[in-house]
Amino acid sequence: MNTYFIKRFIAMIITLWLIISGTFFLMHSVPGSPFNEERTTNEAIQKNLEAYYHLDEPLLVQYGNYLSALLHLDLGPSIKKSSQTVNEMLGRGFPVSFELGFYTLILAVISGLTLGIIAALRHNRIIDYLSMSIAVLGISIPNFVMATFLIEQLAVNFPLFPVATWTSPKHMVLPILALATGPMAIIARLTRSSMLEVLTQDYIRTAKSKGLSPVKIVFKHALRNALLPVVTVLGSLAASILTGTFVIEKIFAIPGMGKYFVDSINNRDFPVIMGTTVFYSAILILMLFLVDSAYGVLDPRIKLHKKEAK
Amino acid sequence: MEKILQVKDLQVAFSTYGGEVQAVRGVSFDLHKGETLAIVGESGCGKSVTSQSIMRLIPEPPGRIVGGEILFNNMDLIKLKEPELRKIRGANISMIFQDPMTALNPTLTIGEQIMEGIMEHEKISRAEAKMAAVEMLQLVGIPSPEARLKQYPHQFSGGMRQRIVIAMALVCSPDVLIADEPTTALDVTIQAQILELFRDIQKKTGVSIILITHDLGVVAQVADRVAVMYAGKIVEIGSRREIFYRPQHPYTIGLLQSVPRLDIEKAELVPISGTPPDLFSPPVGCAFAARCKYSMEVCERVYPVQSSLSNIHHVDCWLQDERAKKLVSTFVKI
Repeated sequence: MNTYFIKRFIAMIITLWLIISGTFFLMHSVPGSPFNEERTTNEAIQKNLEAYYHLDEPLLVQYGNYLSALLHLDLGPSIKKSSQTVNEMLGRGFPVSFELGFYTLILAVISGLTLGIIAALRHNRIIDYLSMSIAVLGISIPNFVMATFLIEQLAVNFPLFPVATWTSPKHMVLPILALATGPMAIIARLTRSSMLEVLTQDYIRTAKSKGLSPVKIVFKHALRNALLPVVTVLGSLAASILTGTFVIEKIFAIPGMGKYFVDSINNRDFPVIMGTTVFYSAILILMLFLVDSAYGVLDPRIKLHKKEAK
Repeated sequence: MEKILQVKDLQVAFSTYGGEVQAVRGVSFDLHKGETLAIVGESGCGKSVTSQSIMRLIPEPPGRIVGGEILFNNMDLIKLKEPELRKIRGANISMIFQDPMTALNPTLTIGEQIMEGIMEHEKISRAEAKMAAVEMLQLVGIPSPEARLKQYPHQFSGGMRQRIVIAMALVCSPDVLIADEPTTALDVTIQAQILELFRDIQKKTGVSIILITHDLGVVAQVADRVAVMYAGKIVEIGSRREIFYRPQHPYTIGLLQSVPRLDIEKAELVPISGTPPDLFSPPVGCAFAARCKYSMEVCERVYPVQSSLSNIHHVDCWLQDERAKKLVSTFVKI
């Protein structure tokens, strides 16, 4: 048991290191620097700035410095916003993005599963077509269109909810709805197809032959087997939703961390690019680990570690 | 003998893109208390559909019970609604399926799967249900049942799993057990053990068994009575002795001749030539006529009237008619 987790942990660290190295060298191979601006700065000042942020040192030295700082969980200072460190930026943005993402995920999972199950149980009937139409719409409508539509309808035409910002639970409704439709649709379609497959299995017929009620057959016998593919998708979905989205946070003026991903690249703000990437990768790797653990819980045939032979 | 289940003129059809398949075209039989009735026939003759219709387990749609009656305890199962059927399924009539590898849910312990049936039908505590499950596992010959309850299906061999499926079906002590090809997916030695188990259980519990099979060897070992099905109808029904030693329908004879025999020297295997009829538009007369060596003009035009050789041996064949008697003497040796 423990050896599995130790091995897994080492693998996670190595994965993270590969991502860090890849990003670091890619980032520095792109032309431009944080100080390349339309307004040309004095060459001496530029030199000084580069020296201040150690950008004049050889790349490998910079790489070594970055790794050793990272070991102390120090993501460095932001170059563009010189009064802030990357740690501070993520520390402020992540809780907001996490809150938004967390509620979004809950909504997406619950509504997606419900739609998928209902569609599967009423296969090829009106309700099935209806929920799958909703799902296709959910996948094809980009969330910024959804967001503007929701604002137009539910904040402007019928002023039920505030237009933007992130201050009270009421403010959360529209961004959560806008963000949840896509993942909900994905989950609904996956649930439907895997439920349909499971419902034709022999053990479902066995369960029927025992006289079990349809509710028990669906929730006890079918759903658990149908959840594996859904859980697989959920891992990477959760990582990207929990770490914020640029567009939705921008539209609703939510102070999350989504904007850092995009801004940092435009600004060539090296420490922020690295910081957001490292943070996102760490969350993703953690989620994938949770997904793998969930497999073992859902399906006893999948064991994360080899038991000693009997 | 007391009749526990009566099937009268059962007709089942399936609608497909190609049209309506008449899978079962008027099947009638009685099941007596404590007996084993074997239903034999080749693939697609409607034996599984018949058995699943009794439990109302055929998917509707596309399946549809067109007509007939299935009488159990003075109730017509065809007229019952789902909630009433659920009370009967598993409790009074239960079923064993062909493939024990897929009949068990891989994500639930076998204990849970045995216990859920009894907990659905009887008001008993979990602990009592567990005791019942242990008892059942002992009955079907699974060693150290207490420990094994906590294991999952993949931790058992094929034969063991079929024993578990049998335990699951018997846990509510049903009156009727329908076994749909229970040994087909097992190898021969395990098959013999499972058949032995069926006999043993019937002696202990007095359950009536409908055994669906295409294997006449299995029939010879366990059946009291045999019904031979062809193209959605029972063409001959009688006691095991009658069917094996005095078969009357050319199809029954054909089936018996196509089984390898060790007791007769130079016994030849004679296949039945031709293929079963298309059940989208079944023939008006005898469905076997096209493959029958003895078929007469009347066979293709009119379905034969049932002849009774004794009060339990019935056959649907024109050869039984007075005017065809001469032919009969020529083929009775097998």
